Amino acid sequence: MGSDFAALGAALPRILEGMLITLELTVGGALLAMAIAIGLGLLAGSKNIVARGFARAVIEFFRGTSLVVQLFWLFFVLPLFGVEMPAMLVGILALGLNYGAYGAEVVRGSLNAVPAGQWEATVALSLSPMGRLWRVIFPQAWALMIPSLTNLLILMLKGTAIVSTITMVDLTVEINKLRVDTDTFFAYGVGLILYFAMAYALTLIMNALEVRAKHRLGRGESLGEALRFRTPTRDPERETAA
Amino acid sequence: MTGPQWNWSFAWESLPALLAGFFQATLVVTVLGTAIAAVLGLVVAIVRYVAPAPVTAVVTFVMNFIRMTPLIVQLLFAYYLFLQVPPLTIGIVVFGIHYATYMAEVYRAGIEGVPAGQWEAATALSLPKRRTWFAVVIPQALRQTIPSLGNYAIAMFKDTPFLLTIGVVEMVQAGLVFGGNHFSYLEPITLCGVIFLLASYPTSLLIRRLEKRLAFAS
Repeated sequence: MGSDFAALGAALPRILEGMLITLELTVGGALLAMAIAIGLGLLAGSKNIVARGFARAVIEFFRGTSLVVQLFWLFFVLPLFGVEMPAMLVGILALGLNYGAYGAEVVRGSLNAVPAGQWEATVALSLSPMGRLWRVIFPQAWALMIPSLTNLLILMLKGTAIVSTITMVDLTVEINKLRVDTDTFFAYGVGLILYFAMAYALTLIMNALEVRAKHRLGRGESLGEALRFRTPTRDPERETAA
Repeated sequence: MTGPQWNWSFAWESLPALLAGFFQATLVVTVLGTAIAAVLGLVVAIVRYVAPAPVTAVVTFVMNFIRMTPLIVQLLFAYYLFLQVPPLTIGIVVFGIHYATYMAEVYRAGIEGVPAGQWEAATALSLPKRRTWFAVVIPQALRQTIPSLGNYAIAMFKDTPFLLTIGVVEMVQAGLVFGGNHFSYLEPITLCGVIFLLASYPTSLLIRRLEKRLAFAS
């Protein structure tokens, strides 16, 4: 056990580098996915049948053909056509396209869930089409979509582990190397805990975003209030009742 | 963009290898993995309802841990831990356990969706615990959960290429091997995508219809 920790200490710089690759892929993929999700989500909810049909086709294509196939297509097939990209870019593209398609459904559903009265009110106030969306509808839809987006973000973090198959040295690869110097249980235990910590941190960040989004809509406390240190309060009335 | 031309006869040649991978691994893992996940998920959901609080807390933590860590790392972990077990078996069990954590949540929502009056009626009729669960609650909960379980089965199906990390020759790995041997990945990898789409899209349409029908009936 002691030698395991010594090996872990020696491998720590490499493991942190691997974690950085994993986080870069997750954040890069998430930003691309969000842009795609908003674009496709708006198109899929539009009244124009051509725009809607286009968005549906793209969404179903990327949802239906497996992340790994998309990744391999970009990595193995595209170079045959003379398009060669660094592995990091391939990874971000594949993750962004795949999870962007899933996110588009979340965006569309959340926009639909904003009460019809809100849409009508924006028309009654004669806001411009962009003003309607960005100042009234989207902030409300955003608060609704954050929990689903959190799920997708965690799925994306877990999905990054597949990039080891396209020559990238991410956290999974470093853990595989660590296994040689320690035993399987120790190395993968460390690896799983590190992934769990990253996922947990992302969840906390997304929860904070949700608190903030709701507060801006006038619901719930502000982020500062939610995070402040609270001394345990006592309820004398309840104590006497008990 | 200049590049290789799509070669139909080469695509046709690669098809038997892809289908072999599909039927020998992809489909096997999806079907058996779903079966394990569906049963284990239900067991976990019920345990979380009836077990004492400390047990529930432990089960909940383990489930969250499994759900928030990558399937690929879990596959590799199990693969190196049980080197004497065939990779296909490892894949089936790991997929089953991983997806059980998702399905348990679906069952939980389904159980919570059973109206309180049903529980009260079972108490009023002084039905034993076991019958309350198996004759009253679960049949009603299952009805609500079937579409979501189907969606997770499709998600599992599309995750099966992860198996190539532990050396299982499923469809995509079969495509990579074939492409590598014949110096062209274009046709086999594209065909893999087409087969995934052909299998998963109609299934998801069917599930959507089922969802509407069950929602209408209830």
